[in-house]
Amino acid sequence: MTIKVEHEMHNRRKSKNYGVFILLIAFVALVFGLTVVKVLQLGDAKMFEANDHVLRPALITADEVQQ
Amino acid sequence: MTDASLQDTPREAGLGDYFALLKPRVMSLVVFTALVGLIVAPVPVHPFIAFVGILCVAVGAGASASLNMWWDADIDRIMKRTANRPIPSGKVQPEEALAVGLALSGFSVILLGLAANWLAAFLLAFTIFFYAVVYSMWLKRSTPQNIVIGGLSGALPPMIGWAIAAGNITIESTLLVALIFMWTPPHFWSLAIFVKSDYGRAGVPMLTETHGRRVTRNNIMGYMVALVPVALAIGFTSIGGPLYLAVSAALNMWFLKACFVVWRRDEEQAEADNFAAEKNAFKVSLAYLFLHFAVLLVLPATGFGGW
Repeated sequence: MTIKVEHEMHNRRKSKNYGVFILLIAFVALVFGLTVVKVLQLGDAKMFEANDHVLRPALITADEVQQ
Repeated sequence: MTDASLQDTPREAGLGDYFALLKPRVMSLVVFTALVGLIVAPVPVHPFIAFVGILCVAVGAGASASLNMWWDADIDRIMKRTANRPIPSGKVQPEEALAVGLALSGFSVILLGLAANWLAAFLLAFTIFFYAVVYSMWLKRSTPQNIVIGGLSGALPPMIGWAIAAGNITIESTLLVALIFMWTPPHFWSLAIFVKSDYGRAGVPMLTETHGRRVTRNNIMGYMVALVPVALAIGFTSIGGPLYLAVSAALNMWFLKACFVVWRRDEEQAEADNFAAEKNAFKVSLAYLFLHFAVLLVLPATGFGGW
């Protein structure tokens, strides 16, 4: 037998939990958006990789090789 | 048994009750002045960074409001105007308001530092500290000049907005702060004269309670006179210009006249027309500040901005 007691408080708690869920998703979206903007503002996106990794040869374009 | 005990526990707060802790109406004013500061700054900002920056300022302001409600719950309970705030009405527990205030302060300051720069983040942290600690905990209950000095926290948002964009503090952003700072006393005290408040009963030393309305009228006039040069000085900076000067001169004449009437009359005259002049001065004060910032906002688009 399942015990199911619906109290007014359960509804309110549920709506609060959904609200917190939406706030957390929004926060993640915010931080992700910031990351995208900040990386793009670096100008040359491949410098982002070259910062702490060896730059993949595939990222070097043909005219840069000629220089 | 369990059902019975449920009735005794305090009503669990909903998300809306926490939102009310942030004083959304004050927040909207902060957003407006910070946004103007950000836009009039001579450095372009990426729209998304501007959005996140202003959001951080709004949340920071809300956090300081929450800390204020936690600290002032005893006063709020006594005064009619504030008795239905979340804590006095029992919707939110005091410790919850403290937790919300501290958490949102930390989030907004750190995120602003990461999104914009650490000068803007420092200014926001200072604003929160000034409102929650210097104003709420220290000045509010100890001096009739509480709203004057405490007004600094309400005045700082345009400087934060400017710092988000430009990353510096300049004469322009300082004058924007000075404008709101000097405007607060005549604005607030004209309200304090005609609103029948119970600050006295709550033990808050408002100027109208400690020194009476006559002294308050004198103070309104004094601060108003000091406000004029600040407002006009903005016209001579890089964000001003002839059009700003013309609009500001007219607004200052208007507000000066309204304060002058409040200053010249006595209590009998005020009672006779049910504080019409004081109510008028309060309305004019709202238009005065809004229009100053609105002009600064639209000035570049008109082609009359700058010198």
